[in-house]
Amino acid sequence: MDAVAVRQPEMAHEPHPRESFIRHYIFSIDHKMIGKQYFLTTMFMALVGGAMAMLMRAHLGWPDNGVLSPEQYLQAVTMHGTIMIFFFLTVMLTGGLGNLLIPLMIGARDMAFPFLNMISYWTFVPGVITILLSYFVPGGPAGNGWTAYAPLSAVPAAEGGAGLGQTLWIIAILFVVISSLFGSLNFLTTVINLRTRGMSMGRLPLTIWGAFVTAVLALLSFPVLMAALGLLLLDRLAGTSFFEASNLIIGGAASTHQGGDALLWQHLFWFFGHPEVYILILTPMGVVSDIISTFSRKPIFGYKAMVLSLAAIGFLSFLVWGHHMFVSGMHPLLGAAFMGSTIIIAIPSAIKTFNWCTTLWHGRIHFTTAMLFAIGFVSVFVTGGLSGIFLAIAPVDLYLHDTYFIVAHFHFVMASASLFAILAGTYYWFPKFFGRMMNETLGKIHFALTFLGIYGTFYPMHFIGLHSNDRRLYETTAYPFLSHTGPVDVFVSLSAFLLGFAQLFFIANFLWSLKYGPVAGDNPWHANGLEWTTTTPPPHGNWEGALPAVYRWPYDYSVPGARDDYVPQTVQAIPLVAAAGAGGGEA
Amino acid sequence: MEDTGRTHDERRAGRWTSVLIMFTLVAGVLSFVWSARSYWLLPLASAQGASIDELFDIILVLTAIAFVAVHLFIGIALWRFPARQGAKAAHWHEHLGAELTWTVVPAIGIIILGIAGEVVWAKVYSAPPANAEQVDVVGRQFEWQFRYPGPDGRFGRSAPRFVTSGNPFGMDPSDPENKQNVVTINDLHLVVNRPVLLHITSIDVIHSLSLPNFRMKQDAVPGRVVDIWFTPNKEGAYQIVCAQLCGVGHYTMRGNITVQSQSAFDQWLQSQIK
Repeated sequence: MDAVAVRQPEMAHEPHPRESFIRHYIFSIDHKMIGKQYFLTTMFMALVGGAMAMLMRAHLGWPDNGVLSPEQYLQAVTMHGTIMIFFFLTVMLTGGLGNLLIPLMIGARDMAFPFLNMISYWTFVPGVITILLSYFVPGGPAGNGWTAYAPLSAVPAAEGGAGLGQTLWIIAILFVVISSLFGSLNFLTTVINLRTRGMSMGRLPLTIWGAFVTAVLALLSFPVLMAALGLLLLDRLAGTSFFEASNLIIGGAASTHQGGDALLWQHLFWFFGHPEVYILILTPMGVVSDIISTFSRKPIFGYKAMVLSLAAIGFLSFLVWGHHMFVSGMHPLLGAAFMGSTIIIAIPSAIKTFNWCTTLWHGRIHFTTAMLFAIGFVSVFVTGGLSGIFLAIAPVDLYLHDTYFIVAHFHFVMASASLFAILAGTYYWFPKFFGRMMNETLGKIHFALTFLGIYGTFYPMHFIGLHSNDRRLYETTAYPFLSHTGPVDVFVSLSAFLLGFAQLFFIANFLWSLKYGPVAGDNPWHANGLEWTTTTPPPHGNWEGALPAVYRWPYDYSVPGARDDYVPQTVQAIPLVAAAGAGGGEA
Repeated sequence: MEDTGRTHDERRAGRWTSVLIMFTLVAGVLSFVWSARSYWLLPLASAQGASIDELFDIILVLTAIAFVAVHLFIGIALWRFPARQGAKAAHWHEHLGAELTWTVVPAIGIIILGIAGEVVWAKVYSAPPANAEQVDVVGRQFEWQFRYPGPDGRFGRSAPRFVTSGNPFGMDPSDPENKQNVVTINDLHLVVNRPVLLHITSIDVIHSLSLPNFRMKQDAVPGRVVDIWFTPNKEGAYQIVCAQLCGVGHYTMRGNITVQSQSAFDQWLQSQIK
């Protein structure tokens, strides 16, 4: 696509090949349709998870009103975490953004295994149905936390151990795990084998690097979770004792389990769980890098360092799971070792932050909604990353472990950061996939309220956490030293409602723009990536005619002497100022 | 893509965003200052806790500097570099010196912090002094039980096979020494300035014995006995929090701690023997 053609927004819209409704919208094997299916399904799940958060905050702000019973409160806590992590963030980033973007950004017609891709989505759907069904079984859904620590989650006799709900929880997550494994295999194969001519690994956009490292992490960590879930299911249903020691008295009666170890669950869970945290943040880091570069009209600073730090974080993520277990009873020497590996992660994280900041410097910043969310990402990531240092230093974690301080920490560094990148990515790529622009005014209101809502909700949690207010407490009346935390809880709840309210602007904007947004050109942001060189929306097979060839990295913004402030990856010879009007050719 | 109106819009948007970032910076710092007066670490009551609090203070200063620096940098960049008509961004994108600097400087800081952390950690988990008071601790849904040796300082025999709902410590009923042992529910008594060694376990699910004033926390794990020790150094009444989700009644699982003089402790212990 040359630069001149890009300026004609009314380019012909290529008709899709004729397909039946079911083949096109339900059992599609086109990565774009599968990506949209994932996107909409996970957005719906985000609403469910968000509703859980609203319920929790409605209770915690005014605990005397009896909005939730203790059991319902723990169920809301558990389902909020479970749904947001497994059914929204993980799958949105891989199944949603990964599917939509990988083939288009590397110049492929589709995923390497389109049929497997369809199977992957249709393995995810039963998981969604199962977890939603668990609300309607006797006893309600699981209420043992998203970490489901055994033996509480393993022995139904343990008070609050839940019945069928916990079993369905295990089965639902097994579906997600299998679906994610299909997806990550597909993503790895696609990135390794299907890059178009000239798209060397050194020219990949950082979004793709993020998705690539994420797929490696998913492939290596999800099987461990799968094994752990299998063992837990056996403990619950078949009477095995992987996680239960001998001589326990549970629910007033002697337990028949013997010989197991409760810490085994934690080791398995966190061996998956820590890479999982990076599964939720590496793709966002890539997305934000690309968006900041595009709207600063400036190359991303330190591309190689960005790639290396992504890889370093990915590698280190397998060596740090024990920092979730400093007080679990594992040997203090292990704690010492995990403290060492954990703090090292601060170094690549710092490098990335400084590189984003430097990319802004001497840029020519366009404050689109996508860019605002990318900037917001850097802010919340830094805030959450810094509070992580307290927790990484194990002796300090002795005090802060399991308090609201850590709730604040991971909601900033992982949940909010990931959410901001997803929203930034949605505003950024919406035109490509839906053919229309989103409304910028609504977008900016959405950003401002979300940004303030996030800080208002999670920042004060540091304070009550420092005051040793533990997480997952139904109410704090048992503890005299917490008798004056009520005002903070009210403030946090009001901020959370603002945050929830702000998302209505997003939903309205999304739905309205689908139908009434201004028609987008092929390259509305004047960006360099390959996805902007095809028509909007891209046809089946992604490019009419031959696949594009790549001649440069995706960050040639504001090249000195060039006619335009961007040079798409497909341009071989940069059109210079003097040669204006001659146009660049697609080779 | 630039015209004058657009330039004006971008400048205004940049200033608003910059203000938002600066507001975050100021509110983030000021609210922490406010919190230091209203909601801060609970009063310290152990000898070991002092070095943990020092470590906390050091990290707080370092992270505050980083928080301010990054937000200030972003705020200034957004203010100074909005898109303008006819102006192009700079094109530089590598600088070895700068990149090495911001790799090495945080690395040095983090390594020093790490070493300090390891030193304190090693101190907290060093071998307990021989004269430590010993207490057995069992967590169960939803209470803490404590078992003290009798006035002669000895625990009676106990074994897992004796564990029942009414005898969570598994005390051997045939051992007369056990008659001298004291078992309390949710009531932990400690002697001021005397190290205490806790043997912690659980008989059902995982609980966590959180002692915030003493800067200690230890999960009570079924099937394992984990030892921790510390030296309470301030008389008074404190609370034990269960810090690990252990079921529906988790939020009610509170214990009390009394730190008292040796004579008051001896008197109390004597009064508990049946």
